[in-house]
Amino acid sequence: MYVAVKGGEAAILATHDLVAEARRGDESVPEIAVAQIREQMGLACGRVMNEGSLYDPDLAALALKQAQGDAIEAAFLMRAYRTTLPRFGSSEPLDTAKMAIRRRVSATYKDLPGGQVLGPTYDYTHRLFDFALMDEAAPGEVQARPAAQPLDASMPRVPDILGAEGLMEEEAPPEGDPRPFDLTREPVSFPAERDVRLQAMARGDEGFLLGLGYSVQRGFGNSHPFVGEVRVGEVCVEFVPEELGFAVDLGEITLTECQMVNQFAGSKDVPPQFTRGYGLSFGHSERKAMSMSLVDRALKAREFGEAATYPAQQDEFVLYHSDNVEAAGFVEHLKLPHYVDFQGELELIRRIRRERQERQDKHADQANEALPEAAE
Amino acid sequence: MATNETLLGAGFSDPVFQSQTAFRALLAALSEPGQARELAIAVAPPAGLEPASALALLTLADYETPIWLPAALRDGPAGAWLRFHCGAALVEDPARAAFAVIDGAALEPKLAAFNSGDDQFPDRSTTVIVQCAALTGGEVVTLEGPGIAGTCEIAPSGLRPGFWAELAANAALYPCGVDLILSQGARLIGLPRSTQILETR
Amino acid sequence: MNAHQSVGENNKPAYNYAYLDEQTKRMIRRALLKAVAIPGYQVPFGSREMPLARGWGTGGIQVTAAIIGPDDRLKVIDQGADDTTNAVSIRRFFERTADARTTEATDEATIIQTRHRIPEAPLKSGQIMVYQVPQPEPLRKLEPHEAETRKMHAWAEYGLMQVKLYENIARFGEVTTTYDYPVMVNGRYVMAPSPIPKFDNPKMQRSPALQLFGAGREKRIYAVPPHTSVRSLDFEDHPFRIQSWEQPCGLCGAADSYLDEVVIDDQGGRMFVCSDSHHCETRRAEGHRGAMLADASALHLVEDEAKS
Repeated sequence: MYVAVKGGEAAILATHDLVAEARRGDESVPEIAVAQIREQMGLACGRVMNEGSLYDPDLAALALKQAQGDAIEAAFLMRAYRTTLPRFGSSEPLDTAKMAIRRRVSATYKDLPGGQVLGPTYDYTHRLFDFALMDEAAPGEVQARPAAQPLDASMPRVPDILGAEGLMEEEAPPEGDPRPFDLTREPVSFPAERDVRLQAMARGDEGFLLGLGYSVQRGFGNSHPFVGEVRVGEVCVEFVPEELGFAVDLGEITLTECQMVNQFAGSKDVPPQFTRGYGLSFGHSERKAMSMSLVDRALKAREFGEAATYPAQQDEFVLYHSDNVEAAGFVEHLKLPHYVDFQGELELIRRIRRERQERQDKHADQANEALPEAAE
Repeated sequence: MATNETLLGAGFSDPVFQSQTAFRALLAALSEPGQARELAIAVAPPAGLEPASALALLTLADYETPIWLPAALRDGPAGAWLRFHCGAALVEDPARAAFAVIDGAALEPKLAAFNSGDDQFPDRSTTVIVQCAALTGGEVVTLEGPGIAGTCEIAPSGLRPGFWAELAANAALYPCGVDLILSQGARLIGLPRSTQILETR
Repeated sequence: MNAHQSVGENNKPAYNYAYLDEQTKRMIRRALLKAVAIPGYQVPFGSREMPLARGWGTGGIQVTAAIIGPDDRLKVIDQGADDTTNAVSIRRFFERTADARTTEATDEATIIQTRHRIPEAPLKSGQIMVYQVPQPEPLRKLEPHEAETRKMHAWAEYGLMQVKLYENIARFGEVTTTYDYPVMVNGRYVMAPSPIPKFDNPKMQRSPALQLFGAGREKRIYAVPPHTSVRSLDFEDHPFRIQSWEQPCGLCGAADSYLDEVVIDDQGGRMFVCSDSHHCETRRAEGHRGAMLADASALHLVEDEAKS
């Protein structure tokens, strides 16, 4: 029904009330606390921090609460908040070799300095429901584990081990070690350098990168990856304030790092060696870091002189489509009114059909007139 | 910092609204070339900078935009003032400048010395503020192009010989080329690269 | 946050005037000045994350936020109407963050932010149109790679566009693009006018108003200064044509405005009404009456000023 009387403003305000109601759900069920989300939905918070591009577990939990658990909506809340924050500067590069390890696995060596550390993982769980969790009251304390042996102090990163042997592609910072590009402040141009690509993927949608990484494995991209290492743990963030001139410790963040080792046949100038795909993400987020490292390697196609035939190898394709806040906005904008443009299409299609009909009628008339002559 | 400010002369007293007002005058100037605009905002510009030049830079320049100044200005109070209020880097190479201030009567540097952008990114060109003796009373120049209904005339004075030929050569680079802001006192005239010089007399 | 940047009271943190920080405004302002200097050329800019969704006007909002001041009167329209949900939402955004004085009257507005329409009332010198642009690249549907389209613009290689339009003509007897119909600006750049109906294209030609275009998701700003040539692409044997209707507006009787089609029952009943709601109201207030005004008024679908 056509409504030309004013109503838009009231209707919009009503949607705010309705979504608040929907968020709360049945009021006989206790309200969930932000701290509960932060502590018990940590992996969801990690995803929101990654795609929201801001390390703040409390805000990630708040975003999830406000967004009814919608990860992309929550990431959007984080992004819109992040953009208003003042910038004090850039931290010192993180040293993941000094990570306080929670989990570290390598698929390339049976054993290595520091060993394999399985840590908290769903990898070896059977995906069977634990119906005990249905109980509101906690099903008892987590069984106390026998005291674990302390981890080795030294946990060298696997690509560094290969690098020492000269088998790993060398990666040196660009000349002068400039501050990495920030795509949230400057427009990207193509071809995009690696710092831009890595930043875009770190913020990118986990599902999109997972699909792209998978496509590389299935043959849409020339890649034969091994997980050199996945490590999860805490790393110190250091910052050098202008006025002090030395680094101060800002605190620890939880990170997941994946280094994928890939075959490379070598070229005229370079002897055969392994090449690297790199993934780094906030929180415990192995799927994201692994997907990112697959796509990172695929995107190096240009640097290695490989054909960039498949989507995962094309920087424009990956960078323009991996941002789920942008993608969701544009897909969902289709529900905005488009009746002005649609009216243009209606007018066109009606007229073209009418003119076509007229032409056909005219042909038919001519044919009818022509018939008697033909009969003669 | 307080010492600096006393020494240096004030910038905007109300940055949010004064820069908005000044920007609208600049936007009007460059979107309607040839029409003089007035920037009636009180600041204390340093020696060597016309008030309109100073306001334009306060409004547009910051640490992301290197500025080129004649050596005398760069090493004097003007350089210090811009470093302090805009946080801008002062560069010696005109081709690296996002903004430049030149004396219209000085023979160097030529407009061609500044960055005219490239064919894929013509926006990466220098905006050159040309300080004039006056915006009237000089050679009459007829202009045509986007932002101008038909044609219009300007007659700034105190410009070096051959200036208009340089400007015509700049317009011939279109869509590359530098964009000009003529300034004197509190007034300015925009002359973007899209403006054609029809006639001078 | 500096005290002068804060509009909050009691020292609570608050957003800057017009939401964007001053450094961001400067960056956008610089892009705008380059945009007016190179009419129709898309200037890349560091588009910020906005609290509204990408694709919902974030480019237009950033442009408006970078230019608006206390002296402005802001009009926001979507589909030509001031009361559509997205227009209401964006108007509220500027009322909240910039204390903006708003208006629905086209001739009173100094800034008109729009999605998909140019008002019917002629624009005036001194007015600024701000267009929300979903896809700033007119060649994108023909060539998906930015690296390629940037070269095509650099070398003014627009043959591909001509071929596409001519293929339309060969197949359908006319160009079948009805909105976002490409234009040639200042004889140099092919430009996307944003998804306005091609009906509105002629209003851009040598308009006395300044026209600014913001594409937030795609991170581009472009502009058409006043009095600038904006020619819709066409061919000598197939000149550019705009839409026309067989009947005038059902509410105000206007025969020369862009009409929306409204389905009024399930019997195939249709009513055609002005898409520019302010234009329609102004005409009704002046006493113009369309054939269906009485019916619509009786059903309280519109306020009939003549009766009240």
